[in-house]
Amino acid sequence: MMRVVGINDIDELFESIPSEVRLNLPLDIPAALSEMELDRLMRRLAGRNANTASTRCFLGGGAYMHHVPVAVDATTSRSEFATAYTPYQPEASQGTLQSIFEFQTMVAMLTGMEVANASMYDGAEALAEAALMCLRMSRGRRRIVLARSVHPEYRETLNTYLAYQNAGVDEIDYDRATGRLDVKALESALGDDVAAVVVQSPNFFGVVEDIRSISSACSRSGAPLVGVVSEPLAWVVLTPPGELGAAVACGELQSFGMYPSFGGPGCGFLAGRMEDVRNMPGRLIGETVDAEGERGYCLTLATREQHIRRGRATSNICTNQSLMALRAAVYMSLMGKGGLRRLAVINLSLAEYAKSMLDKKASLKFKAPTFNEFVVRVGGNAQQTLDKLKEKGIIAGLPLGRWYPELNDCVLVCVTELNTREDIDELAGNWPD
Amino acid sequence: MLMRDPLIFEAGVPDRCGASLPDPGVEEASPSSLYGDYARGEIAGFPEVSEAEVVRHFHRLSTLNFHIDAGFYPLGSCTMKYNPKCDDKWAELDGFAGAHPYLPDDTAQGALELMALLEQYLTEITGMDATTLQPAAGAHGELTGLLLIAAYHRSRGDSDRKVVLIPDTAHGTNPASSRLAGFDIKGIKSDSRGLITAGEVEKACDDTTAALMLTNPNTLGMFESEIVDVARVLHDRGALLYCDGANLNAILGIARPGDMGIDVIQVNLHKTFSTPHGGGGPGSGPVSVKKSLEPFLPVPRILRDDSGWKVREDIPESIGRIRSFFGNFGVMAKAFAYIRSMGPEGLKRAARMAVLNANYLKQRLSETYHLSYEGPSMHECVFDDQHLKKTGVTTMDIAKRLLDYGFHPPTVYFPLVVHGALMIEPTETETPDAIDAFVQAMELISAESEQDPEIVKTAPHNTLLRRLDETRAARQPKLRWRHK
Repeated sequence: MMRVVGINDIDELFESIPSEVRLNLPLDIPAALSEMELDRLMRRLAGRNANTASTRCFLGGGAYMHHVPVAVDATTSRSEFATAYTPYQPEASQGTLQSIFEFQTMVAMLTGMEVANASMYDGAEALAEAALMCLRMSRGRRRIVLARSVHPEYRETLNTYLAYQNAGVDEIDYDRATGRLDVKALESALGDDVAAVVVQSPNFFGVVEDIRSISSACSRSGAPLVGVVSEPLAWVVLTPPGELGAAVACGELQSFGMYPSFGGPGCGFLAGRMEDVRNMPGRLIGETVDAEGERGYCLTLATREQHIRRGRATSNICTNQSLMALRAAVYMSLMGKGGLRRLAVINLSLAEYAKSMLDKKASLKFKAPTFNEFVVRVGGNAQQTLDKLKEKGIIAGLPLGRWYPELNDCVLVCVTELNTREDIDELAGNWPD
Repeated sequence: MLMRDPLIFEAGVPDRCGASLPDPGVEEASPSSLYGDYARGEIAGFPEVSEAEVVRHFHRLSTLNFHIDAGFYPLGSCTMKYNPKCDDKWAELDGFAGAHPYLPDDTAQGALELMALLEQYLTEITGMDATTLQPAAGAHGELTGLLLIAAYHRSRGDSDRKVVLIPDTAHGTNPASSRLAGFDIKGIKSDSRGLITAGEVEKACDDTTAALMLTNPNTLGMFESEIVDVARVLHDRGALLYCDGANLNAILGIARPGDMGIDVIQVNLHKTFSTPHGGGGPGSGPVSVKKSLEPFLPVPRILRDDSGWKVREDIPESIGRIRSFFGNFGVMAKAFAYIRSMGPEGLKRAARMAVLNANYLKQRLSETYHLSYEGPSMHECVFDDQHLKKTGVTTMDIAKRLLDYGFHPPTVYFPLVVHGALMIEPTETETPDAIDAFVQAMELISAESEQDPEIVKTAPHNTLLRRLDETRAARQPKLRWRHK
């Protein structure tokens, strides 16, 4: 090869790099490990994390412990899917294209919207992009009205994305009794400069919002409603925002066939109306035909995207979460109409049972209905309660004071199908008085 | 075998389900009792198929995908190198996959240490001072880097710096990210060698310049040899230098962007660091910075005290969060394993072989195709469609005909400065035989373009689907299946 290239040493190929920046020493990183040595190291590192299979864990808050059917792992780990590139050459990528077209369809069905894109990074970035989309759509309107009960990390991300977009954010507080958005406060905040109203349901407290009242207030003032979710299983048994007048639905799909994986990769989603599709960020897969009239799929409406529109694109997003969207598609196909519904009812049933058991020791904080997460109020400092339970091998939930100082005595408890009745009895039994 | 399958919605029967669910052993809750008229009925049109049907469906679809395990993907700037199988396995260990991001710090020391170490390795590899692993992809990293630049200038009261200089060879995400970060864009032209000169930068740079975004090596596959002077010019005028590190594979262990005067760089774990491309993600785009930008890094940061690794969110000058949780941890775990399996010698060898392979390919292919620029190539090379002009065959036709020969086409029509560009990057994990076979196919197609252009213009012929009508897809958008 060197002979063909016409060199005597590979070093000659690096002569265009100025000598003053060429390294004389090797990189200061550890020497290479063999596969078996690295196996030991990786297992040692993994072993230093809590084993949530044997620890009773009631953590939620935007990442959820659900059973991942083995068939999801088996299909999506196929190298035909995992090692494929972005489907820019559709004739060589119908596997990816058709399965993500199916994903788009299922997300549209789940959200009650007309169209969904091929994924976003996560629920937080999906929300930020939904807000930017609304700002583009309603020219001149520069204010975002945001429920404070939306996931704190989603709100922070939105603020980061809006920092230089000449747009303001107004937060609306929640009703201290119900845990729901204070609709009166929302109505006071609405005006003809509002580009979007953002509400999460179930919200960060697990509380189901009264979307109809919120949606009416929005349409009276001409402000589009953005409905967010971080536990999409809830929308299997709750009317989704698309059926309640929302313009955009977005959030996180990690619950559908993905492991928590210390927070990522998950899968953001964004769905909306066909009339707004040219303002939608992200990749879109469309149906078409080939030269012989056979049905096929391809990336489409690319004039919205960075590789065509560059500085005038709807977003800078390029690589998204495609393989994770495939996991969601496989999961939703396996579970199907009946299975997802049964799973949602199982989650709801176990959570209601947990609420009734915990209500004896700690009081339920909010009156409004919940799905699989709820807030309990402890006697004193929530962190102390959690520390005591941790000593008993139970990770009982999230101390809300971390994000909501007024809820310093509150814990967010999440119950899924992975928590058994016995786990819940242990939790309630060990809960400090 | 190539096999097609109808849409999953077109199969199944009512009440069929592919999952097995437990009896929870508690009283069944009723959504309609709890939610009243917010309770939802069944979702019309959702699939109702068995596990066997689901597995067969996606298996059949998978046969229609070209993928790196099956063959050569010479896509320029994508670095489609082999994805090590053990890295996938380790990312799925229970302790990693099952870890909830809100686990108390002392119960997540393994995950936190992995991230802290990966930050250190990337910091060293890029020659910078600190790293964030948060961004989910390269474009996300670009946005993060640009937000850091904006925060830096703001902290110095330099709020007039609203312009980012972007070369004509830049990837589309560069201007898109700049806009998202609130900047205006000023184009800067590469010279006849395809390079950005300190002279051009000097002319373009003024008090409104926040930064120059430079890809190095650039999208023509060449090292921006004036980069040290470019950095100096920018710094003298109070501006910063952003490096798009998508092409880092060419210089691993050979040179470090930090030593060239770069202030901030994003790298792509799903390119240089071998994590699988997944059909379009998940990726990961860590950002490394010099000390001057470190205070602004996004939260959370992973820092160490006497009791171990801690997640810290109380970073006063941070730009804030750019996403939830820590980033694509599962992708980071694979890149971590890759770096540990390669070590300093392995990474350097990867760069050397990547550049040798690209130069070998370039030498062989330039006997038939027209090289756009004469300059020395690093890990990729760019050809144009000049020699095809009289045949009426386009670069797109060449790409489609390559599919008939069993090759995935290279990147086409990018960078924009080259007419009908073919950007080709073999990477270090291809053998000379694989490269020879590719060159041979390209030569055959070139001959066909002259002798039998129709067969090229109407390609592909051997794929299960013929050329797809992308115009129709855009004109009559059908973006989902509809239940009747």
